[in-house]
Amino acid sequence: MSGNTDKQSHAILDNLSLYYGPKKKFVAICAGTGCRAYGSLKVKDALQAELKKQNMTYVDVLATGCLGFCEKGPMMIIHPDKYFYHSVKESDIPEIVEKTIGKGEVISRLLYRHPETQKTLFREEDLPFYKKQLRVVFGKNGMIDPSRIEDYFAIDGYQALAKVLSEMTPEQVISEVKKAGLRGRGGGGFPAAVKWEGVRKAAGEPKYVIANGDEGDPGAYMDRSLMEGNPHSVIEGMIIGAYAVGSNHGYIYVRNEYPLAVENLSKAIQAAKDNGLLGENILGTGFSFDIQINKGAGAFVCGESSALFASIEGRAGEPRAKYVHAVDRGLYDKPTVLNNVETWANVPLIINKGADWFASIGTEGSKGTKIFSLVGKINNTGLIEVPMGTTLYEIIYDMGGGITGGRKFKAVQTGGPSGGCIPESLLDLPVDFDRLYDVGSMMGSGGMIVMDDTSCMVDVARYFLEFLKEESCGKCVPCREGVRRMSEILEDICAGRGREGDIELLETMSTAVADGSLCALGGSAPNPVLSTIRYFREEYEAHIRDHRCPAGVCKGLISYNIDEEKCTGCGVCVKVCATKAITGELKKVHTIDNDKCTRCGACIQSCKFDAIYVK
Amino acid sequence: MVNMIIDGKNVTARKDTMLLEAIRGAGISVPTLCAHESVSRSGACRLCVVEIKKGNRTRIVTSCLYGVEEGLIVNTKSERVLNVRRLVMELLLARCPESDVLQKMAAEMGIETQPRFAIDTDKGKCILCRSCVRVCEEVVGVSAIGLFSRGSYKEVGTPYNEPSDACIGCGACVYVCPTGHIEMTSTGDKRKIWGRTFKMQACIRCGKYFAPVDQLKYISKKTGTSMEELSICTECR
Repeated sequence: MSGNTDKQSHAILDNLSLYYGPKKKFVAICAGTGCRAYGSLKVKDALQAELKKQNMTYVDVLATGCLGFCEKGPMMIIHPDKYFYHSVKESDIPEIVEKTIGKGEVISRLLYRHPETQKTLFREEDLPFYKKQLRVVFGKNGMIDPSRIEDYFAIDGYQALAKVLSEMTPEQVISEVKKAGLRGRGGGGFPAAVKWEGVRKAAGEPKYVIANGDEGDPGAYMDRSLMEGNPHSVIEGMIIGAYAVGSNHGYIYVRNEYPLAVENLSKAIQAAKDNGLLGENILGTGFSFDIQINKGAGAFVCGESSALFASIEGRAGEPRAKYVHAVDRGLYDKPTVLNNVETWANVPLIINKGADWFASIGTEGSKGTKIFSLVGKINNTGLIEVPMGTTLYEIIYDMGGGITGGRKFKAVQTGGPSGGCIPESLLDLPVDFDRLYDVGSMMGSGGMIVMDDTSCMVDVARYFLEFLKEESCGKCVPCREGVRRMSEILEDICAGRGREGDIELLETMSTAVADGSLCALGGSAPNPVLSTIRYFREEYEAHIRDHRCPAGVCKGLISYNIDEEKCTGCGVCVKVCATKAITGELKKVHTIDNDKCTRCGACIQSCKFDAIYVK
Repeated sequence: MVNMIIDGKNVTARKDTMLLEAIRGAGISVPTLCAHESVSRSGACRLCVVEIKKGNRTRIVTSCLYGVEEGLIVNTKSERVLNVRRLVMELLLARCPESDVLQKMAAEMGIETQPRFAIDTDKGKCILCRSCVRVCEEVVGVSAIGLFSRGSYKEVGTPYNEPSDACIGCGACVYVCPTGHIEMTSTGDKRKIWGRTFKMQACIRCGKYFAPVDQLKYISKKTGTSMEELSICTECR
């Protein structure tokens, strides 16, 4: 990582202070979906009411998009001192207004405490979670109330568009993006400029520009947070792309399960139109481009380009063979650029800061930064943005704060259902498009699910194949039937019905399904199976040969037992057991009837004496 | 014309043909289930896969949808190709155990039932090749049947599986179905298909019932030919 990354990343907040005046008091409060779930809107309302009550309405309140550290929501940053408060409750508000906003005093209980040194940390940039990040795309969320286009203007919003329209030819734009080395953030990592060039040169009118916001990987929400938190960056990128390829019509395909993203995008599109940045004759240059939002019904396969086109066209979301590329015949059979939301959001940055700046970040083959969603058995759940090439170790331990409950790291699943599981021995892997592919996984859109020693890797593969079985469109045989059969075999293995030869059969099937499937869903569906067999084969063997689940997860292979030494006969477990599987007299050692037991785990959680164990 | 090497043989093919035709034209057989000459291609069954080599890159493509290209090196029987075909056949045999067409085809290819796959009992002989759906839309032009649900729950049928007013009872779907899944029964002046009973038209010359009245009405409306003219069967015309 380059030495000045911290400066680059954190200079953004300083810029904001400049805009508001160095001493201007204002509060940025996270109103992303995660913090909303923690009640941040109530906190915001309470803050505004309290400011009114204490006659401080001159203090501006920004309801921003996701700030990333979702584990600690609701969070707020109080300017000009930039104090970072987390897990804020409504009841904290009067004190915050009186002391911090009113007198500039810090309330230490609301500050983040370093988990090891126990030191309280005052500002965002001091937190280990943020320290190593380079938040050039995502960090701007903290400075914008997405419903106010002025906020985006304040951070040089639409400057890139103005520059492109007034100073650059379409070819120059394409050449700049090519020089930057921008690769698609949606999964494939295809060079964006190559697509653009193809569409620019392709015969056929009209041409279309599309943002793919059909983020559907379990546990991934980078694109949602960008669309919610900084919709104008996506829109600006698309307008620039449209100018480069010669398109006048664009679509943002976003799933309807993202209501806040739809709302904020709609508002942003309207605001851009009202300001002459979208629609007819943009900025008086004669260039016209309009964007329409297309709400998807939440089918995973609709993230695949040709299925996405079919869905926009009003047909069932099924892919078609892609021997003719979308660049030549995409939406309505016309030349089409389809890029992921995050890819588009990178475009204004490249124009503003230059291709050389962009290309200076990252690795040989993967330039710039990447946003990852860090979820699973990790202390700091949230969204991070790091330079390409940051190691898994840095992500999981430095930013992610390690594994919850101090347990042992087992694997990290990257790339969503089409990705793979990466074991501990590869923690030093620099994360970029090519290296992830080399180890049998992929970048995907940037989901990272961290697993500890209580995760069964066969069960993980079973889970993802079950997901893919449900999400396969059903058009071609290898995916529809093959993934289903693989899922059945994995289910058998997890239930103790695995047979000798199953591992080899899964391997052969994986190759045939990947080779034979029509689209990338089937093409990558075997990845979770292949990567877990590759790195955790002994776990499969334990299930099949010894009828044992080493992680103690697979319900058909484990039993719940009571440690006679530890059980005090308190009877708490008897009360929580829904199936009445636990019996025993008070103050005497209890027993569990494993025929009645459903392995729900409620008794383990209830036992204060750690007397119940899984075997 | 383009020149290619298919299974080591120099083959010349017309520029606008698909690989499948070029391969068959060279006397090499390729199994297919969903490529029917009357409908557009969908690439659903994946049996026609072949391995192509362009430069240093080899990949598997469906020959029914891949256009011929100058200099292409094609292998129709590589290990990767046979591995895909074997899996597809095993999967279809498990899905449609009663299909004699599939069994015959599998036998010819030397493929047996994969004992690890549980046999389906609820899918009939339908392999979801969608030839019926395509013929109904593209040739007949009524789109009375379609595909619904997703993934392994996918099915062919009329909307909500209820008798469809759009269906004209023509039986084109039965004609193109490769496995004989679609049931059509004709007795006297009645024909039953897709849950609907159609009244048949008797030929005004020979008296033989030859087509559903609804079908003739549809043709009359589309072509402007009178019902009287259409009420003569093809043999008497």
